[in-house]
Amino acid sequence: MSNTETICALSTAQGQGAIAIIRLSGEKSIEIADRIFRAKKKSKKIISQKSFTLLFGQIIENNNPIDDVLVSVFRSPHSFTGENSVEISCHGSIIIQQKILQLLVRSGAKIAKPGEFTQRAFLNGKMDLSQAEAVADLIAARSEASHKVALHQMRGGFSGDLQNLRKQLLTFISMVELELDFSEEDVEFADRKQLSVLIEIIDKDIKKLNESFRLGNVIKNGIPVAIVGEPNVGKSTLLNTLLNEEKALVSHIAGTTRDAIEDLISISGVLFRIIDTAGIRQSNDFVENLGIERTMQKIDSAQIVILLTVPDANGMEFIIMANEILKKNKKLIVVFNKMDIKKTLVPDIFASDFKTVNISAKTGENIEELIQEILILSEIDSINENDTIITNLRHFEALSLAQKATERVKLGLQNNISGDFLAQDIREIMHYLGEITGEITTDEILGNIFKNFCIGK
Amino acid sequence: MNTKYDVIVIGAGHAGSEAAAAAANLGVKTLLITMDMTKIAQMSCNPAIGGIAKGQIVREIDALGGYTGIVSDITAIQFRMLNLSKGPAMWSPRVQSDRMKFTYEWRHQLEKLSNLDFWQDTAVSLIFDKNKVVGVNTSMGLSFSSKTVILTNGTFLNGLMHIGDVKLKGGRIAEPSSYGISEQIKEYEIPVGRMKTGTPARIDGRSIDFSQLIEQKGDENPHYFSFLPNIKNTMRQRSCFITHTNEETHDILRTGFEFSPLFNGIIKGIGPRYCPSIEDKIVTFSTRDAHQLFLEPEGEYTEEYYINGFSSSLPLEIQYKALRKMKGLKNAKIFRPGYAIEYDYFDPSLLNLTLESKKIENLYFAGQVNGTTGYEEAAAQGMMAGINAALKVKEREEFILRRDQAYIGVLIDDLINKGVDEPYRMFTSRAEFRILLRQDNADIRLTPLSHAIGLASEQRMRIAEEREIYVNRTRDFISNFSIEPERINPQLEAINSAPLNQKRKISTLLLRPEVSIFFLKDYIAEFNQLYQTFEHSNNSVFEQAEILIKYDGYINREKVIADKLQRLDYVRIPDDFIYDDLESLSTEARQKLVKHRPKTIGQASRIPGVSPSDINVLLVFMGR
Repeated sequence: MSNTETICALSTAQGQGAIAIIRLSGEKSIEIADRIFRAKKKSKKIISQKSFTLLFGQIIENNNPIDDVLVSVFRSPHSFTGENSVEISCHGSIIIQQKILQLLVRSGAKIAKPGEFTQRAFLNGKMDLSQAEAVADLIAARSEASHKVALHQMRGGFSGDLQNLRKQLLTFISMVELELDFSEEDVEFADRKQLSVLIEIIDKDIKKLNESFRLGNVIKNGIPVAIVGEPNVGKSTLLNTLLNEEKALVSHIAGTTRDAIEDLISISGVLFRIIDTAGIRQSNDFVENLGIERTMQKIDSAQIVILLTVPDANGMEFIIMANEILKKNKKLIVVFNKMDIKKTLVPDIFASDFKTVNISAKTGENIEELIQEILILSEIDSINENDTIITNLRHFEALSLAQKATERVKLGLQNNISGDFLAQDIREIMHYLGEITGEITTDEILGNIFKNFCIGK
Repeated sequence: MNTKYDVIVIGAGHAGSEAAAAAANLGVKTLLITMDMTKIAQMSCNPAIGGIAKGQIVREIDALGGYTGIVSDITAIQFRMLNLSKGPAMWSPRVQSDRMKFTYEWRHQLEKLSNLDFWQDTAVSLIFDKNKVVGVNTSMGLSFSSKTVILTNGTFLNGLMHIGDVKLKGGRIAEPSSYGISEQIKEYEIPVGRMKTGTPARIDGRSIDFSQLIEQKGDENPHYFSFLPNIKNTMRQRSCFITHTNEETHDILRTGFEFSPLFNGIIKGIGPRYCPSIEDKIVTFSTRDAHQLFLEPEGEYTEEYYINGFSSSLPLEIQYKALRKMKGLKNAKIFRPGYAIEYDYFDPSLLNLTLESKKIENLYFAGQVNGTTGYEEAAAQGMMAGINAALKVKEREEFILRRDQAYIGVLIDDLINKGVDEPYRMFTSRAEFRILLRQDNADIRLTPLSHAIGLASEQRMRIAEEREIYVNRTRDFISNFSIEPERINPQLEAINSAPLNQKRKISTLLLRPEVSIFFLKDYIAEFNQLYQTFEHSNNSVFEQAEILIKYDGYINREKVIADKLQRLDYVRIPDDFIYDDLESLSTEARQKLVKHRPKTIGQASRIPGVSPSDINVLLVFMGR
């Protein structure tokens, strides 16, 4: 079987760093690591180490030391993958990383395919499907918030929530099935009021999970922010100031059009996606170049719009623009730049409709205040590590179908429809929830019935 | 005397009779061995066929070309369609039958089959050639050879009855059990378990005060089991009666607990939780002060009544006293007491979906020997074993029904993949695709499949096809015909339904819960004309058309899920797949998979102990 092979890979980010970690997993990982390692205390071998211990020593090639390293040992099944694992912490030079990997491969390990460690963890029953997906998210997490969500899911928080829901559904369906399969006997009928209360709870739980997707999505992919304004109001200066202030440029994302580039910045642990910064970067007058239409597209795809202007700008045009943005249901911050030259007195009519801030992009004055406003509008200041948030499209789709079935149950109860239809919809909910964790509904229903009700002619 | 056969069926209960009929009708030389030719398809317990989920099975047996439905229809003394107030998936036909006529009629049907021989004798051992069964020895010293053998011994294998501390060996009261075969089978590493079931006392109708009881009549418009329109019932129709136990009854029963073989450990077999004895009910649900009982007539003219719900193995004296404390039964006389019976069963997870043993080639198991209860469950298995044994003889492809095709598919799939830990009875909740497996469409689901293997007759096929055509015509009419408000509004108002304000398609009316298809037929002459054009099955055609229109949304949603899940049933696991190397499987799953050797991922997913993550592991290894 292919999964008894020992695999290795660099576990930390590619490139130069202070330290790097190389992970080995597979039956022979300890043996293989021993072949290229010499402990400081020469008598010590990794193989004789207890699980979860560290050993200091050197990586050796033809008796020549390559690097001083720390080796951690995880014995099966108590490791991430469930297999024997070794982690080698070495210095972060690319050359050292390469060298160690080459030595490992020469000693019998194979370079892991992308996701192979997670796949093994999944195959070894260390995690269910939703947890495995969370690992992928965790690795890709580009902000603290996103990291929290993925971590919670990986620990099984999400699966736990679904288990809970299933339990409630099981109670519900047992009550309904009882009056169906045993209608000829003098069994008590399921109390419709009790069912209504139960389905309300279930419905609320599913809705909550489902609604968290919008939030989950922005946490994972960043909250889209558009900076718009006339030429020469300081858009690129503001962008650079934001980037410098936070020293947190995550990446440039190449978009679908040749010049569309997005900047991801993490501000206070929240990921923001500054839309279409190409325009800002390449020329300061893209509104002039590309016209109002392009600006509007940009606004459409944003959740937060920063409308940037300068003192003494054309007030009328400006107000029209602000109204357009508000009409699109976007959150708006009007930013008056160049306060170092002249501070703008905000007209009263603005105050209630949107936030206004005076800043100087050039000197950085009041940037902190702007950042606070952005964070407030992002509405994710309150992510709790224990909140379950849906970030995965597959989960979202399954939950949406489950929610539709829940609606039908509620409606059915109102219209007093027969229990078999209620049961069918409940089974559908259970089916779709099961699709998320990979759990398939079995006939626990009858077991529950026999346990709790007196039946039998 | 001919002693060479293609199929030998041992036992002529519900399973054995259907097995023999199916094999003979498929054109192979068949022998039915029974201890007693007067007890063919004997109803050992209550004199009723069908009921919730079971009625659907009988409709399926009929659609496939079996006889349980026909015999029940002809001998019924009460017809009832249960659950009519619920959705169409729940409608379940049930009849009370005349116990003696039922047996008589079954024998009559079997004797019409030219490929079927009978032999009255006890099978004492099987003849093996290594891992193959090749024949049967009987107590008269005869040896029959056969290409296949079907075991349908019911409760007769090492059967032991209990009435208080009285123990009687036998398969039914006054009928001997059979020994030897269980012991032979054990040697092939097939675990033999013990199960227990019970039956209530039968009482004398002349001693019952019916004025004290609640009468339960049959339906005025009976629904027959059989799809064949020429089946006629001419029996006198009779009522059932309802009474209840009370605290006094319970107190008397409690005094007998120390003599109860159920409680003092003498009975070791596992009983069914859904069919508990009266003593079980009192103990398990001690807070209830009454339990409902049904008094069911045993036949067209007999005075004997069966007390459904009062199954017991307490001493006769206690049963007698307890009975007399109930309403209407103050002077009740007992014809014969209730008893519990223990019998052998074989672990059904060692069978293939054809019901052929995985350990002994050419040997099939059907009915109670597989750990099920119920005539209907037994008959269904018998039929499938008979079909598959005959197909094997003819070297043709096996005949297997899927879970989304038939309750019979659910039944066998459950037995094989889940095994049994108590007597298995069918419930509608076991079928995940309940709304697809309705009693009204069993012929459309199954008759073409059976016809294709040469079992369902030409006549049956033609009727199923015509019925489908009639249903489609009815649906077309409903979706195309519009009606003016003045023609229907008075009638609508009479049933408190909102009047129309313009000409509308009648399909919109039919979607209203309070409007039935027969309401439309009664008030729309054109629709009634269509109804009159059908040559048969008029009512059932209308009922089905109504179901398909009213419950379209539910039916379609279920189909979507069925199609999705069914894909797993098409992912085949190679026969020689080695699980031992798959360390990623849980230990329990690996053991279960090695034991069951499922043929598909879908089957594997239904084995208890095989978790979803195990299934995901398998899917990965199957390259999915």
